[in-house]
Amino acid sequence: MRFLLLFSRQGRLRLQKWYTAISEREKKKIIREMTTMVLARQPRTCNFIQWKDLKIVYKRYASLYFCLGVEHEENELLALEIIHRYVELLDKYFGNVCELDIIFNFEKAYFILDEFLMGGEIQETSKQIVNRAIESSDMLQETMEEYMSKPAF
Amino acid sequence: MPAVSKGDGMRGLAVFISDIRNCKSKEAEVKRINKELANIRSKFKGDKALDGYSKKKYVCKLLFIFLLGHDIDFGHMEAVNLLSSNKYTEKQIGYLFISVLVNSNSELIRLINNAIKNDLASRNPTFMNLALHCIANVGSREMAEAFASDIPRILVAGDTMDSVKQSAALCLLRLNRTSPDLVPMGEWTARVVHLLNDQHLGVVTAATSLITTLAQKSPDDFKTSVSLAVARLSRIVTSASIDLQDYTYYFVAAPWLSVKLLRLLQCYPPPEDASLRSRLTECLETILNKAQEPPKSKKVQHSNAKNAVLFEAIALIIHHDSEPNLLVRACNQLGQFLQHRETNLRYLALESMCTLASSEFSHEAVKTHIETVISALKTERDVSVRQRAVDLLYAMCDRSNSKQIVAEMLSYLETADYSIREEIVLKVAILAEKYAVDYTWYVDTILNLIRIAGDYVSEEVWYRVIQIVINRDDVQGYAAKTVFEALQAPACHENLVKVGGYILGEFGNLIAGDPRSSPLVQFNLLHSKFHLCSVPTRALLLSAYIKFINLFPEVKGTIQDVLRSDSQLRNADVELQQRAVEYLRLSCIASTDILATVLEEMPPFPERESSILAKLKKKKGSSKLPDMDDSRKNVNGNTEHAEDAEVASKVPSHTFTDNLNVNSAPSSGASLLVDVFSDFSSAAPTESSDEHFPRFVCKNNGVIYENQLLQIGLKSEYRQNLGRMYVFYGNKTSTQFQSFSTSVSSNDVLCSQLNVQEKPVDPLIEAGAQVQQILNIECVSDFSDTPVLNIQFRYGGTLQNIAVKLPVMLNKFFQPTEMMSQDFFQRWKQLGAPQQEVQKIFKAKNQMDTDVTKAKVNSEALGQCEHLGPSVTDLSYSINMQSDFSFMILLLLWCFYESSQLTSLCSVAFTPPALRFRCSSVGRCGS
Repeated sequence: MRFLLLFSRQGRLRLQKWYTAISEREKKKIIREMTTMVLARQPRTCNFIQWKDLKIVYKRYASLYFCLGVEHEENELLALEIIHRYVELLDKYFGNVCELDIIFNFEKAYFILDEFLMGGEIQETSKQIVNRAIESSDMLQETMEEYMSKPAF
Repeated sequence: MPAVSKGDGMRGLAVFISDIRNCKSKEAEVKRINKELANIRSKFKGDKALDGYSKKKYVCKLLFIFLLGHDIDFGHMEAVNLLSSNKYTEKQIGYLFISVLVNSNSELIRLINNAIKNDLASRNPTFMNLALHCIANVGSREMAEAFASDIPRILVAGDTMDSVKQSAALCLLRLNRTSPDLVPMGEWTARVVHLLNDQHLGVVTAATSLITTLAQKSPDDFKTSVSLAVARLSRIVTSASIDLQDYTYYFVAAPWLSVKLLRLLQCYPPPEDASLRSRLTECLETILNKAQEPPKSKKVQHSNAKNAVLFEAIALIIHHDSEPNLLVRACNQLGQFLQHRETNLRYLALESMCTLASSEFSHEAVKTHIETVISALKTERDVSVRQRAVDLLYAMCDRSNSKQIVAEMLSYLETADYSIREEIVLKVAILAEKYAVDYTWYVDTILNLIRIAGDYVSEEVWYRVIQIVINRDDVQGYAAKTVFEALQAPACHENLVKVGGYILGEFGNLIAGDPRSSPLVQFNLLHSKFHLCSVPTRALLLSAYIKFINLFPEVKGTIQDVLRSDSQLRNADVELQQRAVEYLRLSCIASTDILATVLEEMPPFPERESSILAKLKKKKGSSKLPDMDDSRKNVNGNTEHAEDAEVASKVPSHTFTDNLNVNSAPSSGASLLVDVFSDFSSAAPTESSDEHFPRFVCKNNGVIYENQLLQIGLKSEYRQNLGRMYVFYGNKTSTQFQSFSTSVSSNDVLCSQLNVQEKPVDPLIEAGAQVQQILNIECVSDFSDTPVLNIQFRYGGTLQNIAVKLPVMLNKFFQPTEMMSQDFFQRWKQLGAPQQEVQKIFKAKNQMDTDVTKAKVNSEALGQCEHLGPSVTDLSYSINMQSDFSFMILLLLWCFYESSQLTSLCSVAFTPPALRFRCSSVGRCGS
């Protein structure tokens, strides 16, 4: 897998994850192309697009588009299920996740993704194990938490 | 603001995000961000040391601003501080910042490498995972250098936690992708393969990904994974859906792992062991059967996961291409998907069938679906699905159905989306040529293409039709008649005018007997289009006119009048004006004999690979088109085109065309007509060659490159870490080379390891002359790449590019060291680490002669001490040497007889791992 992008129906980017080293300029170009291309698709078309040497696999959940760029030999249907599994994990963590959750807790969205995918490959497919890992890291931070009482700025 | 109570909320961050969201305009947002950036900058620079919480909060804000699309140029140091913190949340944010913002900023990476090292050694799985994630995310060379040898150890250590093993496997995979040379293979590889047997399915999944990547690069090292993968797969597909607990995804047993195992098996041919093979076939049959069972759930996730495994299994069946039964079954099951209500499945079925069409076993089965595919072309709402249908029609086309398929594609072309028109045009042109039994059909098809989609007919397509008409006598009369008729249309595409002009200019005489297409009628018809055409087409028409003067003396006067008119003789375009003047003069002064010679019918073109195919391949990028064409030849028994090409390539290429190409001055009468077929010389292809390269491993002098134009010789000498190379460029032709220039290029890594300085070289090389250039070389540290010498010059107006690998190898800088045998073995033992030793066993080609071997080894400048240690074998001796940069290479060469065949074993021990590659080549030449 080369990249994962989350953007809203208005084309606002909500999360980006790149699994190969590319320049910022190139990234911005790809983001622009992906949002225009995916947002222009008609309803009930297929979820795969051939784009340069990559396959783009995308799916819309409520107001958010999840968009994956995968290599040619990758399995498209499972890529769709990677998206779904990620949504399930977000759902479990936030409890019926919505776009706002991801905006305000973007760092959590990244941490959850990292438990699930690494280097563009799936790391753990078991929902229980991922959830447990996320919970235990939350536990870790609460026990270490000593700044809860700090004032807000 | 949503109320998430989990973890720690950073209120300041939430307030800031709310502020941004409340901004009414882009300007307001930018203003708010700039204010925040100024605030953060002052906090970071302030005298008061920030506590961890504030630092974390500000770094998070920076991250948010970055993700909004703004550039961030500070805060990296604070992130590095956080990353080194003991507090989990701080560390986590520090790592996140680095992995999102840092690509390969080397300064910073050195700083974080230290913190990563600590975390890897911490034995705290959470910290180790964070560190491994960071390495995988950044994945730069510096990181690979620092950690590539640690990670395999973590991966195979017995006491590593499962989650850390998973991270380590994938981290290693990533490093192997970015810097494969730095990931050392070693005894860990065998243990990685055994992870396929691990209890924990998550570990197996991650390990399978890693093994697949490694097996693609060195299949032999991972051969043993095949039987393990089959066993594992068999256990999964036969398990009940609850057996695998949480690895069952919507009633499908471990779909991710199944797909990965199937992918791993695609790195290898079908297993040779009969029982293993039948076990695999059983697995594949089970998968095909399961796909036919009624669904266990109505959810799309269930069907997706099940079919994902099915498609991957079919991909493996196609890859093996050895079980006709399975191939035909696969094809039938895909056939059911062609009319499935899920668009995704229709799309994938079409895509997958494309590859099935290339197998001789399933080609016929694919063909039975032709009507469904054609109707998909007409009724699909989604252009990407229609595109796949076009691809499949192209793939299933053979002699039996070519007429139908070409006709369908032509009719689809009339309404096709603009984005795919050009590709369809190319495909139709290729199919029409490939399966043309009778070339009148071919000519009709191409003219139809131009009529329907003239704008999308690229030059290659109309060049090709002319090329074929010229080479085939039997179609010339028909072609002339057809273009003549096509040109009657009131509005015709300019491409048709080009084809028409060229063909009538050559073969107009074949239809001139009919009064309806008398010479004058032909000329008037062509000339009626003249004023609507662009300059290049007009130029082509002028050439056609002068050909008419030769073919039909009766219209000479009319044509001369046209050429003489002000609009031609005084045309603003230089090319047109020159043609008009020259053709007019030619027609006035040349006798009929001379005219007939100059304007003779074009000789046949040397047969070459259709440039249309090349164009289609380029358009398609790396997709599977080329294989399809190669493999299908066998299927249809349709090889005559290949044979044609072969025969033609034996015929010496036509001097007439060649001469004209070289001095393509506009004055030469038919230059445009000829030029049309030459590759326009503006983009000179780079020729590169390294066939002579291996010889220079042991040699310093000789010829490194030679073609028809140029010979390049080398003489080189090396002392310690310095070398000097004399490069001799010899002009083998009778024309001088102009603008001769050279440059030496090294890749980024090599640049810092090897300095190559070139002295200037004369820009002119006279015919038959030789010039010399000196290169000074300095070896800074050990290296494994080779610099490339790029040469550029003009020969007869065309630009030539040549790239030659310079034989500068590490062994050139070796220096011999003599030492006593005890010393030798003592040092040998010190270099015991696996990545410090390489061993190679190879069959000796010749009888081993001590003196000859010594001479060869000496030419590598290795010192030696003979008869060292107990001689286990017939002959054993060792050599050691020390290079200038304070590391040591020890080399041990053994020979022994194995079943009466002489075999040599070469062991090399050395300090820096980077030497590995070089040493194996030293080993080779030692025999």
